[in-house]
Amino acid sequence: MSEKLIDSGNNAAAMAVQLAAAEVIAAYPITPQTPLTEKLSELIAAGEMDAEYVAVESEHSALGVCIGAASAGVRAFTATSSNGLLYMSEQLHWAAGARLPMVMCVVNRGIGAPWSVWNDHQDAMSQRDAGWIQLFAKDHQEIVDITLKAFRLAELVHIPVMVNYDGYYLSHTYMPFELPDAAVVKEFLPAYEYAHALDPQKPESLNTVTLPDSRNDINGVKQPGYMDIRHNLHQEMRLAMDVLEEIDADYQQRFGRGGTPIIDPYCCEDADYIVVAMGTLANQFRDVVDRLRQEDGLKVGVLALQIYRPFPTAKIAEALQSAKGVMVYEKGLSYGNQGALYADLKSALYPYPARPQLHNFIVGLGGRDIRTEDLCQTLKSACLQDDLSSPEQTDTPQWIGLQL
Amino acid sequence: MQNPSQQMIQIRWHGRGGQGAITAAKVVAEATFKSGYGGVVMAPTFGTERRGAPVSTSLKVSREKIYDLSPIQFPDIVVVLDYLILNEVDVTVGLKPGGLLILNSPRSVSDHPFPDFRVAVANVTKLGIEAGLRKGIVNSGIIGALGKASGLVDIEVLSQCIANEFVGRKPAENARAAELVYAATEVSEPSRGGSHA
Repeated sequence: MSEKLIDSGNNAAAMAVQLAAAEVIAAYPITPQTPLTEKLSELIAAGEMDAEYVAVESEHSALGVCIGAASAGVRAFTATSSNGLLYMSEQLHWAAGARLPMVMCVVNRGIGAPWSVWNDHQDAMSQRDAGWIQLFAKDHQEIVDITLKAFRLAELVHIPVMVNYDGYYLSHTYMPFELPDAAVVKEFLPAYEYAHALDPQKPESLNTVTLPDSRNDINGVKQPGYMDIRHNLHQEMRLAMDVLEEIDADYQQRFGRGGTPIIDPYCCEDADYIVVAMGTLANQFRDVVDRLRQEDGLKVGVLALQIYRPFPTAKIAEALQSAKGVMVYEKGLSYGNQGALYADLKSALYPYPARPQLHNFIVGLGGRDIRTEDLCQTLKSACLQDDLSSPEQTDTPQWIGLQL
Repeated sequence: MQNPSQQMIQIRWHGRGGQGAITAAKVVAEATFKSGYGGVVMAPTFGTERRGAPVSTSLKVSREKIYDLSPIQFPDIVVVLDYLILNEVDVTVGLKPGGLLILNSPRSVSDHPFPDFRVAVANVTKLGIEAGLRKGIVNSGIIGALGKASGLVDIEVLSQCIANEFVGRKPAENARAAELVYAATEVSEPSRGGSHA
C-alpha cells in the first residue's frame, strides 16, 4: 500500500532510498544533509533496511566506497552538501568516467568561504561538468519520485545521478507526500545487474591508462581511445533525457505521478513572459505568476527546469520560442561572468530565429531571504521594461535583496 | 506574501532553544494534515540558535497545496511558549490586526493588553506539572491553547498526535497537559475590534 505522511525532506529522501533497496550507503555528515544519512543508519541498525552503512572519514572516501560498491555490482547511495560535494570532486569525475551507476542526494547549500550552512545552488552548479546527471526537486513528493527514478536511470544509462534539493527549504521542512507501495517499487526498479561487476573468475582491465588513439585489444577487437570514451559519455548523456522520459512514463503508469521529468511549465501556453528557475524557487514563482496575472493582467508563466545536466537544449528553446521575455532567476553564478543557468539558456536560444529578450536575476545566495514581494516587483518591472537599455545592461545580472 | 489566499493560515511560533517549539509545530502540522488540510508546511528557522535564546519556527496550513516556502511575514497566529520572550522579541511583528496571540503566562489575560489582537493565555508551565510532566515542559501543553483559541483542529486529534510524538517520553502526560490547557485557556477579544477571522 502506498502511504500518505508528513515528514521532513531529508526523511522523505531516506525513505525513498530504503524503498529503492540501496545496498551500500557511505556518507560523511554535513549540514543540512546529515539527517538524511542519519535516518538511513537508523533504518539499517533497526533491521528495517538490508544494507551496509559505511561510516567514512571524508566525502572523498564516501564516494570512493560507492565507486567500489558499484564496481562490484552493488546499488550504492551517498549524500552530501556544499564543501562536502567539492571535496568529492575528483571522485565525481571518476564515477562518471568509469560509467558507474549510483545515486547521490545533494542537499544544496552555499559554499565557504565564508561559511554558510544555508541554501543556494552554488554547490551543484560548480560540479556541472563532472559528467553526472543533475536533477532538481521542488518538493518532498518530487524528492521521493525523482530519487526512485534516478536509480533506474543511472543503472540503465550507466551514468551516476545527482538528486538536488534545497537545504532547509526542503531538507528540514515538514510537508505531506505519498510514499509508493514497496512491492510496486520492486517491479519498477528491479535488482541491479552489472555486466562488468568485479569477479575474480572473470578478470577485466578497467579504466587503466588509455592511450590517445584507439587500438585493438588482446582479442583483436578495436577498443576506443580516451577521446572516444568521452565522446560516448557525452552522447549517452544526451540520450539519457529520452530514457528519463520513458522511465517517467512507466512511473506515472504505476504510481500516477509524473509527466514533467525534463521541464515543468506552469501557465506557459499563452505567456508573453516566462520565468525559468530550479528547485523550490520555481514553485514560489507559481504564486507570483497567479498574482501578476490576476492583479496586473500580465501574461506570465514559470518554467521549472527539472534537469540541469544534460541540459535540455531543444526542449527549453522550444518552450521559450514564442515568449517576448525570459527571466532567469538563479541561486548561483559564475563569478566574473553571469548566472550559469542564464548563460546556458542564452546559448540554447541562440540558434533559433525568434530569440526572446533575456534577463538574469541572482537571488538567495547563502540563504538570503527570497521575498515573494521582491519576486513580484522585479518580474513585473522586467515585463514592463521597454527596450531602451543597452544590450550590455540587459545582459548584466541583477542582484535581488542585496543589503549593501 | 502580502495577499495570501484567504484559505491559508500562517502560524509563527516563538520559544527558547531547547524548549521544543519545533516539535510543537510538527505535532500541529501532523494534526492538521490528519484533519484534511492538504497543504501543510512546517519550516523551522535555522540560525545561530543556542539553548535558552529566542527561536522561531513557522507553520502554514491550507486546504490546497502550498507552493511558497518563504518565511512568514504576516502571521494570522503567533504562539509564544514563554511570556518573558515578550521582553526580548517583538513577537507581534507582522501579526494581522485581529490576529491571535497565544501566550504561556502565569498572569491572567487582562494583564496582557494587546488592543489589536485576540489574546489567549494559559499557565502552561503550571498545568504541565499538574499533568505529571517535569517543570518547564510546555511544548505539548501550549498546543491545547492553540486548539482552543483557533478552533483549527479538534483537541482529540491534537491529543492523539501528541501521544504519537512523545512515544517513550510520557505520552499520556503530555496529551493530558494539552487537554488541561485546552480547558483552562482564557481568550480576550481585541478591544479595537479587529476584523480578522
